[in-house]
Amino acid sequence: MTKPIFVFSDQLLSYKFSNHHPFNPLRFQMAYELLKETGILSDDQIVKPRKATDEEILLVHNKDYLNAIKKAGLGQLPESLRSSFGLDTDDTPIFKDMHEASSWLVGATLTATEQVFEGKTKKALSLGGGLHHGFRGRASGFCIYNDSSIAIEYMKQKYNARVLYIDTDAHHGDGVQWAFYDDPDVCTFSIHETGRYLFPGTGNVSEKGAGKGYGYSFNLPVDAFTEDDSWIPILEEAIDEIVKFFKPDIIISQNGVDAHYWDPLTHLSLTMKSYRKIPELVNRAADRYTEGRWIAVGGGGYDIWRVVPRAWSMIWAEMNGIELQGTLPEAWLTKWQEKAPVDLPSSWDDGADLYPSIPRKQEICDKNHVMLQRTLQHIRNEKKSV
Amino acid sequence: MKVEAMMKTEVISIRKNVSIEEAKKLMESHRIRHLPIVDEQKNLVGIVSDRDLVLDRIPNQKSPSDIEVQSVMVKEVITCHPYDFVEELLSIFYEERIGCIPVVKDNEIVGMITERDMLYTLIQLTGAHQPSSQFEVKVENVSGRLADVTAVIRNHNVNINSVLVYPGETDVTKVLVLRVQTMNPIPIINHLKSEGYNVLWPDTSGEFV
Ligand SMILES: [Zn+2]
Repeated sequence: MTKPIFVFSDQLLSYKFSNHHPFNPLRFQMAYELLKETGILSDDQIVKPRKATDEEILLVHNKDYLNAIKKAGLGQLPESLRSSFGLDTDDTPIFKDMHEASSWLVGATLTATEQVFEGKTKKALSLGGGLHHGFRGRASGFCIYNDSSIAIEYMKQKYNARVLYIDTDAHHGDGVQWAFYDDPDVCTFSIHETGRYLFPGTGNVSEKGAGKGYGYSFNLPVDAFTEDDSWIPILEEAIDEIVKFFKPDIIISQNGVDAHYWDPLTHLSLTMKSYRKIPELVNRAADRYTEGRWIAVGGGGYDIWRVVPRAWSMIWAEMNGIELQGTLPEAWLTKWQEKAPVDLPSSWDDGADLYPSIPRKQEICDKNHVMLQRTLQHIRNEKKSV
Repeated sequence: MKVEAMMKTEVISIRKNVSIEEAKKLMESHRIRHLPIVDEQKNLVGIVSDRDLVLDRIPNQKSPSDIEVQSVMVKEVITCHPYDFVEELLSIFYEERIGCIPVVKDNEIVGMITERDMLYTLIQLTGAHQPSSQFEVKVENVSGRLADVTAVIRNHNVNINSVLVYPGETDVTKVLVLRVQTMNPIPIINHLKSEGYNVLWPDTSGEFV
């Protein structure tokens, strides 16, 4: 039995727009230290990432964009060109050496990919990745290079793999979906808060793929204020049926944790109960259908103090077959409570009184269930007709 | 926007003596639901939709390969011009309950516009095809309110993808629907609220305020 691997190095903490930007790499360090303090991350499981090459970035992005990011990071991109690449906005401002920082994140997810395909491990975690809004020629939604799209294209070309991408971030995984929209060898599935109000606005249930790729994009938009009790059963049904239908060689899961009730940018009402369950469902699907092969990446998560470290630790625990119960390590709490502007929760699970009850609960639940039926309709119909 | 900018210019058309069977095959292979019928000079003489070709609407026992489309085609066709405004077409689609309008210039058919094309144009008008967040601001129905709201957004260096103005429940109010190109509209929303605006955006209490 091989042991799961964890991709980490300090270079991955250099992807930072500014001190007040919501996307803060400190959360990755906090998660890393939490795992260390808990004693479930041993040094022999940590693999240092390599940096992605230009050639690898060009698997998905175009050359003009790559050059623009390089120049921007050196302070040499003229102002008039910035907006056409999505740069110089509040979401994706220019920062020093942004090309290098972004290449490290891509390299981390590629390192995870190589570890799995070269047989060194079955399961790999690259929490620096998961930048699912990155487009071919445009930065968007805090994302520069799309590490998951690049890794998927890399797996396809180098290892001839059929890839299932599962995205449980609160936002639609638009960058990855559009990159493979007409590709029948890559299946994308995104569950997210409806785009009625929330960024990026896409991820409608009717987006099912195009051309030869029709039927290989799945979207499950859920209502604002969706809770664990609705999210978990529909996600379970969706993953089970999609993995059975697609029969992938590997699963890559994006683990944005911004659907938590405490997340400031979204309107969903999940708790740690869901963040325990999501990796469990993905791991089970991998064990049944891909001989255990599973790459997990990070993603969104903007309550960096109370949510991200605990939720991301759950992925690593699941990969290693460990159950985290009770309270968080005292040393970790002491260190980070000093820096945190909010009271840190002291246990792995959230209390039942995290938030007041949601008045439209039943209605939301029913609507989500109807949506699930529409998401899976075309594969359910196919099954009947066989 | 002009019709010219959104019409399909590759028009599949037929002659009036083509059989219904052939017309049907053509529709299926091109995945279209309407076929304009033209004469030698490419002048439009009629149109058939897939519904016109349904067998039980066709007289007596003839087989579909023996009936020519001219016996079932609609002869008085509603058409438009490439320089017409898309907004005008919308009301024609709505009032006439039709699915397709041929675009005619100098008597010659130069394009087609379907209901589906119109819907796509509407999607573009709402800005929902580009990554963006949406919120709504309920304002008094007096002049200058839209400028006030967009001035606040300008302060945040955020691009506006679209603005729609809906009539309110009464004449006293209007609702501005804005799609902004940012994943984090919360600073803008807080700013608008601090200036006394009524912003509609999902609230953590589980209701929309
Ligand atoms: Zn997100």
